[in-house]
Amino acid sequence: MNFYPEFEVVRNDSRCIRCRVCERQCANEVHWFDADGKVMLSDESKCVNCQRCVTLCPTRALKIVKSDCRLRENANYSDQTIKEIYRQAETGGVLLSSMGNPNPLPVYWDKILINASQVTNPPIDPLREPMETRVFLGKKPDHITRNPDGSLDTTLSPQLSLSMPVMFSAMSYGSISYNAHASLARAATELGICYNTGEGGLHEDFYKYGKNTIVQVASGRFGVHKDYLEAGAAIEIKMGQGAKPGIGGHLPGTKAVGDVAKTRMIPEGSDAISPAPHHDIYSIEDLRQLVYSLKEATEYRLPVIVKVAAVHNIAAIASGIARSGADIIAIDGFRGGTGAAPTRIRDNVGIPIELALAAVDQRLRDEGIRNNVSIICGGSVRSAADVVKAIALGADACYIATAACLAMGCHLCRSCHTGKCNWGIATQRPDLVKRLNPDIGSQRLVNLMTAWRHEIKELMGGMGINSIESLRGNRLMLRGVGLTEKELQILGISHAGE
Amino acid sequence: MSPLEGQVRIPSGCAVSAMISKDGRRMNGESIIESMIPMHDRSNGLGGGFAAYGIYPEYRDFYALHIFFNNRACQSECMTLLKEYFEIVQDEHIKVRKMPQITDEPIIRRVFVSPMQSVLRHLQIDDKELVVRIVNRINSQLDGSYVFSCGKNMGAFKAVGFPEDVGRYYRLEEYDAYCWTAHGRYPTNTPGWWGGAHPFCMLDYSIVHNGEISSYDANRRFIEMYGYKCTLQTDTEVITYIADYLLRRQGLNLEEMAAVIAAPFWSTIEGESEEKKKKLTYLRTVFPSLLVTGPFSIILGFEGGLMALNDRLKLRSMVVGEQDDMVYIASEEAAIRVMAPDIKHIWAPAGGEPVIVKVKEGAF
Ligand code: SF4
Ligand code: SF4
Repeated sequence: MNFYPEFEVVRNDSRCIRCRVCERQCANEVHWFDADGKVMLSDESKCVNCQRCVTLCPTRALKIVKSDCRLRENANYSDQTIKEIYRQAETGGVLLSSMGNPNPLPVYWDKILINASQVTNPPIDPLREPMETRVFLGKKPDHITRNPDGSLDTTLSPQLSLSMPVMFSAMSYGSISYNAHASLARAATELGICYNTGEGGLHEDFYKYGKNTIVQVASGRFGVHKDYLEAGAAIEIKMGQGAKPGIGGHLPGTKAVGDVAKTRMIPEGSDAISPAPHHDIYSIEDLRQLVYSLKEATEYRLPVIVKVAAVHNIAAIASGIARSGADIIAIDGFRGGTGAAPTRIRDNVGIPIELALAAVDQRLRDEGIRNNVSIICGGSVRSAADVVKAIALGADACYIATAACLAMGCHLCRSCHTGKCNWGIATQRPDLVKRLNPDIGSQRLVNLMTAWRHEIKELMGGMGINSIESLRGNRLMLRGVGLTEKELQILGISHAGE
Repeated sequence: MSPLEGQVRIPSGCAVSAMISKDGRRMNGESIIESMIPMHDRSNGLGGGFAAYGIYPEYRDFYALHIFFNNRACQSECMTLLKEYFEIVQDEHIKVRKMPQITDEPIIRRVFVSPMQSVLRHLQIDDKELVVRIVNRINSQLDGSYVFSCGKNMGAFKAVGFPEDVGRYYRLEEYDAYCWTAHGRYPTNTPGWWGGAHPFCMLDYSIVHNGEISSYDANRRFIEMYGYKCTLQTDTEVITYIADYLLRRQGLNLEEMAAVIAAPFWSTIEGESEEKKKKLTYLRTVFPSLLVTGPFSIILGFEGGLMALNDRLKLRSMVVGEQDDMVYIASEEAAIRVMAPDIKHIWAPAGGEPVIVKVKEGAF
């Protein structure tokens, strides 16, 4: 069934100089030059609104607008719902999407406000006073021990030291490009934080960034071997992902080319499909065994992170993980991004990270085991304010991925699964990959994190806090607006004005 | 009715003062009361209190519980509970001097108790832990009963009023202590009841504090994991529990505790010797949630000594003076000059640098 396209390409012909940049830049082949009529034409049906042509058009002759040709309005059956039904009736297939859930579900970050000091205690000026953002993730001992001479025994289980409580979340080499990985690895190293390999292994060129790398072990075990495990600063077991709880990763064969296939240790061109569960983990005891096998394999030098999707029973699950020997729990909320996920799962499974985080932090405290693990919060952390709110709710650090992609040029067109990312991020086509220059990509990531760090310091200073430790779990610094009693109770915060 | 302290969190400004004899000489409360007068404007009449060490030598082996009761019914309920766990050695009124400045007084009792050995064996805990648990239980669960002091050979005295009036009200000139601490409070709301006044005590630890900490809820939510209940929602209360947790339960010494709650900045730690760096890094890594930020100056009293400490940015004033066997500490120099008019040696300790004073072994 054919529809009028979702977007219209509007070209101002009086400005267009026929340079054909748009034609070269659009991997979706929307634009072409009609030599006879000497005009640029477009097939708008292929446009994903990635804004590449708009951004690069030298005379600003282009804009992409939402088409106003709509099916008859219906509040129950939206345009999209109807078109999806047509598509499935045609293909018999599962719908695929990418990036995070775009639907208008509540964003609790936006309903939480931050405190500042007035009169009774002084705000602190980050330009004049030291303001600390360093964190250590990992298990903390219940009791100190002393050497025979009475001095403190300072041995600790492995800790992940970060200059600020933000890290780049898992994105596999394969789902994103070599240049994107290079940008993330270099930025993480310069910033003193970590990036995460995702489940596609680690390209041999990037072993040198190991101190700032978290190596992931997912259910497909792609690219996992002894040197890989030993290369990083921490190992992450991926049990689930916020965008698609309950299912495994999926890399289409078209992206499994060359070095991607080699790094994953799979034949070129084959689909890399991770099973939904880890086939050696069918319960919490099994998880414990995997945690300890990874620790054994790396001589207990590295902290082990267990990453789970935020699902209904997350508090109990986290409490189980905290007792499994894991050093860190990463919780990924339902708005988290993905390179490809079944639409129905992305849009309907899982719960908001804010509620999950608050519930987990409180449950671990109720059980007296909050010190056993650190908590990383991910799944749509969009700004320094979100970071501050997450820390105050109880997170030790945050994971960001979509924001990192945006810094590298992503325009959130949500077409990553097509492999034709015009910005050189979610693609393996060499002509597209080279559009992302790792020098610039890493610099922009460093800039973004530096800006956030300043903002975090300003927000902390305003609250009279000069160290991130004193913000963690400090829920008194938060107030809700427009939230119900129940929501406030789960978040563990008071309403504004209380 | 407006909410009582504990149901809301009330920020306060304050005045603190302390005096201690390193020789263990016992002095009456006259001088410490006087020291609060020049700092009158730092309080607003909504809370004052004192802690005194060495005041019950003849009962030194028993825990001295100072308790507020709203009425007789509360008192008998609480005493019934106490009798399940303790031998009651003595149960008496704390003598007071009626005065127009101090009103709305609760029933104020002093009960010397001794834990029953059978209970300790049964619960497999030591006597201090039993006292902590029962006091927490009374304060969080028995409405109308409030234990505001529970150490041995020491006691706290507090009320709603200006500190100098509170001192006279409790007739502190009749007690002899080798160490006195005092507190005048400037709460922004009315606390509604006497339990909100300071010092705050747990076993022989007492805290007087000036400031409003910004790390409060981070500290509270951490310490509550270990069985403490912050019923008053005050800084002093949470700092007292932190002190009890670090000193008694974790076995840190005072310097180590100071390195946790007023931890040196990472940039300072970098510059320390290898050994010190290791130790400080370890303490900050293990107890990050007990770092206290925001302005504070505290005086922690304990059996045989005291420790004064400022927040690491020194956002609150605190001066120390020394003369012969005496050490004086106060929010303002004027207070010290009242206690020791011709004192020569007065200084302001740096932020985060603990001042620890110990009485000679055997002299207390
Ligand atoms: S897909 Fe992107 S580059 Fe192509 S026409 Fe649309 S906006 Fe322009
Ligand atoms: S990574 Fe590329 S394809 Fe994916 S949303 Fe961003 S711009 Fe679009």
